[in-house]
Amino acid sequence: MATIETQHDVTGEVVPGVVVPTGRPRWRGLLHSRKLVTGLGIVGFFGLVAVVGPLLVGDPQLVSDDRLLGPSAAHLLGTTNTGQDVFRQLVVATRGSMVVGLVVGVLATVVSVLVGVVGGYAGGHTDEGLSLFSNVFLVLPGLPLVVLITDYVQTRGALAIALIVSITAWAGSARVLRAQTLSLRSRDYVDAARVSGEPGWRIITFEILPNLLPLIAAQFVFAVIGGILTEAALAFLGLGGAGSWGTMLYFAQNSQALSLGAWWWFVPPGLAIALVGAGLALINFSLDELINPRLRVARRDRRTGRAR
Amino acid sequence: MRYLRRKALFYLVAVWAAVTLNFLIPRLIKGNPVDAVLAKTQNMTPMSPEARRALELQFGVSDDPLWQQYFGYLGNLLRGEFGLSVSYYPTPVAKVLSQSLPWTVVMVGLATVLSVLLGITLGMLAGWRRGTWLDALVPTTTFLAAIPYFWLALVLLYVLAGILGWFPLNSGYSYETTIGFNWPFLRSAVYHGILPAASIVVASVAGWLLGMRNMMVSTMAEDYVVTAEAKGLRPRRIMIQYAARNAVLPSVAGFAITLGFVVSGSIATEIVFSYPGIGMNLVAAVANADYPLLQGIFLVISLAVLGANFVVDLLYALIDPRTRQAG
Repeated sequence: MATIETQHDVTGEVVPGVVVPTGRPRWRGLLHSRKLVTGLGIVGFFGLVAVVGPLLVGDPQLVSDDRLLGPSAAHLLGTTNTGQDVFRQLVVATRGSMVVGLVVGVLATVVSVLVGVVGGYAGGHTDEGLSLFSNVFLVLPGLPLVVLITDYVQTRGALAIALIVSITAWAGSARVLRAQTLSLRSRDYVDAARVSGEPGWRIITFEILPNLLPLIAAQFVFAVIGGILTEAALAFLGLGGAGSWGTMLYFAQNSQALSLGAWWWFVPPGLAIALVGAGLALINFSLDELINPRLRVARRDRRTGRAR
Repeated sequence: MRYLRRKALFYLVAVWAAVTLNFLIPRLIKGNPVDAVLAKTQNMTPMSPEARRALELQFGVSDDPLWQQYFGYLGNLLRGEFGLSVSYYPTPVAKVLSQSLPWTVVMVGLATVLSVLLGITLGMLAGWRRGTWLDALVPTTTFLAAIPYFWLALVLLYVLAGILGWFPLNSGYSYETTIGFNWPFLRSAVYHGILPAASIVVASVAGWLLGMRNMMVSTMAEDYVVTAEAKGLRPRRIMIQYAARNAVLPSVAGFAITLGFVVSGSIATEIVFSYPGIGMNLVAAVANADYPLLQGIFLVISLAVLGANFVVDLLYALIDPRTRQAG
């Protein structure tokens, strides 16, 4: 999960006395981060499976007489109660989950940049209104809201689900971005640009956004995790539509996989979600450490843990 | 107390937003709930217009102007009228919820409090002893934080209840007991609640731990901590009185975000354990196109989360004197 680097209380007021880490990021340091390489490796692997996997395995819905078999050479991850191959389902479901995660990540990031950065830069009533808007969405519980909307919407597909899940995924990021924008807004180079008559949108695009990039990237990754997890929970409640890992878990649960002892049916999908989530979280941490170098795990720094 | 006024006002707006969303969503989304019910119940026989009208009235589909419907809806809410549940027909939604809410509030509430305390304590230690084995917890918790709650619940249930038989397989209490303040019932309720609560704690502790650890690291570079060290105070005292006291503030302020995750995760957890709480109602509502119940659940959960956040914000004013000076 993303670190809660809120320097603000729920109504968005600045809490004084907390240092917001600043400074231009040093992108080069990223290549030396083991966390990032591991995270990218895991996520890249699942991304690859999502793209080409479904083309390589057979029909995941194919019913056979080999019911509830454990893992074997013929069925790598065993079979379901209707004789469907679990491994095939897992590969095909990878696409569903990853697509939802990606779309939610993109949509939530776009909205949070619009709301957070524009609000933070504009200030005044615009900021008040947008802050209130995102804070209300922050305190409303996400999943029940998504369940309510999904149940009323009759169309179900990966994109429709992703669109609905995005509604609840942007507010936290918008608040984080607003806090950082407030701190960037009062910098000398921004003042200089303003005095020389640059229009607001240009200042935001060329002076502020480049400095927010690592933070935006971290928020994007966070939104992808949230999207995958929320979709899984939705599907588990019976509101799936994306053919995802959550959908698999829903069928496993409804077919009593647990009491039948078919661990090979319900363990892999959850493990896949956890692995992708951990990979994304690792990427997120390396970005956090880039933004705030103090967070790096020090080697042999026994007493104080102060960065040197 | 400007801070308190602002907070109270904000939560009033949030409650209004929840109530209004609850009213608007069904009316904004095209499609008639009656059609949805018929589609779900596979009822393909043509309905008489009268029967259809009766159903529509029950679901609140009406031709009145929107503002009139809105005020009627608000009036109903104030009287605690949520309509009749379809899945538990003809029980009123309010009654269904009043039976399941205590289960969820007690179990999820206790699990959340435990998880917060545990996470903040471990996070404090991991941040303080940076670079030691404690800090090595961080990658492990990363993995934990990404695990879907309900899947962890499935695995725990399978291993601890299914294979080892240490815990009951389902429900919130033993049916041989009668609900009430009697010893056998309470004991069986606690026994049934351990596993669901444990799965929520394990899945949610990571978020608190990581947030606290990172704030702790940032706080420890502050001048007042350095000064405290220079004065030669005991490390334990510096850690708790100087560093953790300040590092915990963002975790408290960010309570809203994490609480949302915990509540969402707990809904699915209840299903795994067939726990008689709100989560089970939600599944029934989704399966039976029970719109009145669904809306009732959304409102009740929203109000509970908003209430919890309001209390936490009041606590925040107690632990952070700056909020009091500001007003």
